[in-house]
Amino acid sequence: MEMTGAQILIHYLEDEGVEHLWGYPGGAVLPIYDALDTDAKNLSHILVRHEQAAVHAADGYARSTGKPGVVLVTSGPGATNAVTGIATAYMDSIPLVCITGQVPTGMIGLDAFQEIDTVGVTRPIVKHNFLVKNVDELASTLKKAFYLATTGRPGPVVIDIPKDVQNAKSTYAFPQEVEMRSYLPITKGHGGQIKKAVEMMLSAKKPVLYTGGGVILGDASDELIELTRKLGFPITQTLMGLGAFPASDNLSVGMLGMHGTYEANLTMHNSDLIIAIGARFDDRVTGNLEKFCPDAKIIHVDIDPASISKNVLVDIPIVGPVKQVLTEMLRVLERTELSMDQAALDDWWSQIEDWRATNCLRYDSTGAKIKPQAAVEAVWKSTDGKAYVSSDVGQHQMFAAQYYPFDKPRRWLNSGGLGTMGFGLPAAMGAQMAFPDETVVCITGEGSIQMNIQELSTCLQYGLSVKIICLNNGFLGMVRQWQEFFYERRYSMSYMDSLPDFVKLAESYGHVGIRIDDPKTLQAQLDEVFSEKYKNRLVFVDIITDQQENVYPMIPAGAGLNEMILV
Amino acid sequence: MKHIISMLIENESGALSRVSGLFSARGYNIHALTVAPTEDDSLSRLTLVTSGTSQEVEQIVKHLNRLIDVVKVLDLTEGLHIERELMLIKLSTTGDTRDEYKRLVDIFRGDIVDVTATTYTVQMVGKSAKLDAFIDVIDPGLILETVRSGTVGVMRGEKCLQI
Ligand SMILES: Cc1ncc(C[n+]2csc(CCOP(=O)(O)OP(=O)(O)O)c2C)c(N)n1
Ligand SMILES: [Mg+2]
Repeated sequence: MEMTGAQILIHYLEDEGVEHLWGYPGGAVLPIYDALDTDAKNLSHILVRHEQAAVHAADGYARSTGKPGVVLVTSGPGATNAVTGIATAYMDSIPLVCITGQVPTGMIGLDAFQEIDTVGVTRPIVKHNFLVKNVDELASTLKKAFYLATTGRPGPVVIDIPKDVQNAKSTYAFPQEVEMRSYLPITKGHGGQIKKAVEMMLSAKKPVLYTGGGVILGDASDELIELTRKLGFPITQTLMGLGAFPASDNLSVGMLGMHGTYEANLTMHNSDLIIAIGARFDDRVTGNLEKFCPDAKIIHVDIDPASISKNVLVDIPIVGPVKQVLTEMLRVLERTELSMDQAALDDWWSQIEDWRATNCLRYDSTGAKIKPQAAVEAVWKSTDGKAYVSSDVGQHQMFAAQYYPFDKPRRWLNSGGLGTMGFGLPAAMGAQMAFPDETVVCITGEGSIQMNIQELSTCLQYGLSVKIICLNNGFLGMVRQWQEFFYERRYSMSYMDSLPDFVKLAESYGHVGIRIDDPKTLQAQLDEVFSEKYKNRLVFVDIITDQQENVYPMIPAGAGLNEMILV
Repeated sequence: MKHIISMLIENESGALSRVSGLFSARGYNIHALTVAPTEDDSLSRLTLVTSGTSQEVEQIVKHLNRLIDVVKVLDLTEGLHIERELMLIKLSTTGDTRDEYKRLVDIFRGDIVDVTATTYTVQMVGKSAKLDAFIDVIDPGLILETVRSGTVGVMRGEKCLQI
């Protein structure tokens, strides 16, 4: 069928099965917005209030569903506003397709109005990007973009479409096939390596599974659960991996790393074998590399060869999709004649239980002020631990990770890699759009929420009934904590002055605002927030918390995993 | 150690900047880089010289492979290979130095490809180390201009970098 580039785009997105398009119009995408009006049947467009939020929302949709998020923004400032969102998705390997308008091809390079080199600006923060110069190549480029975004190690892909290409005509048919000679995602881990790995696992005396976001991205949670339970090994998960293995299972020793549990970090440090699965030995996890797990051999399963032996040298690398590799490991385990040293494993567990007995997440909740930890625990209780929870970045993020244990994957939406303040609310919107009947919570701080607060307006327009839990400590708390520990309490610029009245602010946006400042009423008030009463309303809960509270345990910069500060 | 990394990349605008951008973003160094089309219109051949421990270079190769526009990568230094670089060097030559430099150029198997009353322009091909050696024997004050192509290379024998 003959149609314009703009129409081809809309038809392609519908044929690809895209449900939601998050965007914001402008001069260089007007033909696309027009085609959206005339041609779209099932595709719903959500008009955000800032392009950064469009990308985070598409990202939250992708994290919660596993499907790619799709974004549409204009050239120049539209594209640059999207950059933080794209980088956030890139650092966490989230599948996104971001369509940007561009000035007409004849004007590229002439510093035209709202021209920026979008392909150049986004190059280091995308899996790949395209400038479409010929309308005949538009459909096949879109196909490649979705293929690249969703296969192998996922990531964001940007397609820059000049305005004249949007207006030019071509015939459209949905491309059924895609082939790229330079891109062949790995579909299978090496059988020999997997066998060697299983043998090493069975001969270990102090093993630990260390798993990350790759397990969730690779939809391998079921396989991970089966393998872990079969082996009976302790498992620790990264900030990005939470939920892939149920936190309530006794085999789970909690999150590891800078604010990980005592038992998780000591289990890692004292282990003789680390089985790393879909995790990338990030500096927030390893602490000082020179002191990292001195006695451990390492098996590393990852889809991206470049993640293997990048920070820490490994003994058995296995490149492949986590799901396939774990399935194969289970098969090998089933057949092997080798058996585990159960006595050694029992000793290992009794050691781990001793560490667990320190109860490192305890806190004093007797005071007159609400402890942020208590607030998160109360949210967990009110929601039965079943909510989709996004967070922003700061102390509240760590409290959320520590005190809202997840039993399912894709429930915890969090900017782990880039650490982007402003991520929380739009990410929650994406999840709420995907799951209108589920409870979606955004745990945020009074600093972070102000970085995308304008989206309260979008939430009203589209009936997104997110529950915002603002742990209001009047400080850029994580900054204040570092200043307290490492800069002799010089609290330079970390106090949040002139805060708005969040209750009134929420109300002026047409939502419900509730303030909680008494520990005695905390649980009851939250129970009401999550009751039927507010099922279809966005509620902004401003919880006034203890200003001086810090996140513990903590591994200071330069220290090893065994050098934690406990309370 | 020095490594010569040779690759086939898509002959598309932007492909080169993806490669060079990777090196600057990850703090890897590029001693030399050269790129030109091949007999296949859709491909360019890019050769670059970098240095690092074998672990670092392995990481570089992995990251290069991750780039969508990079079709194939080979570290030539891993096996027997032939490497060549072309240099044009313009020397200020008057009086007695003219004979001396003519002799030196012969010893290094270079050619004088342009002559004026006061200059020689010398063309020389060889391993980079040989070109370095030639430069070392010339009085630096007499070198007017040096231009080097960067190293290119192929594997010895039947092994080829092809798709
Ligand atoms: C966009 C952005 N700017 C700056 C930072 C650095 N930063 C990390 S945590 C933090 C404080 C966050 O304050 P708030 O949202 O109130 O959370 P709290 O730590 O108080 O819970 C800052 C400024 C960041 N992560 N992201
Ligand atoms: Mg705060």
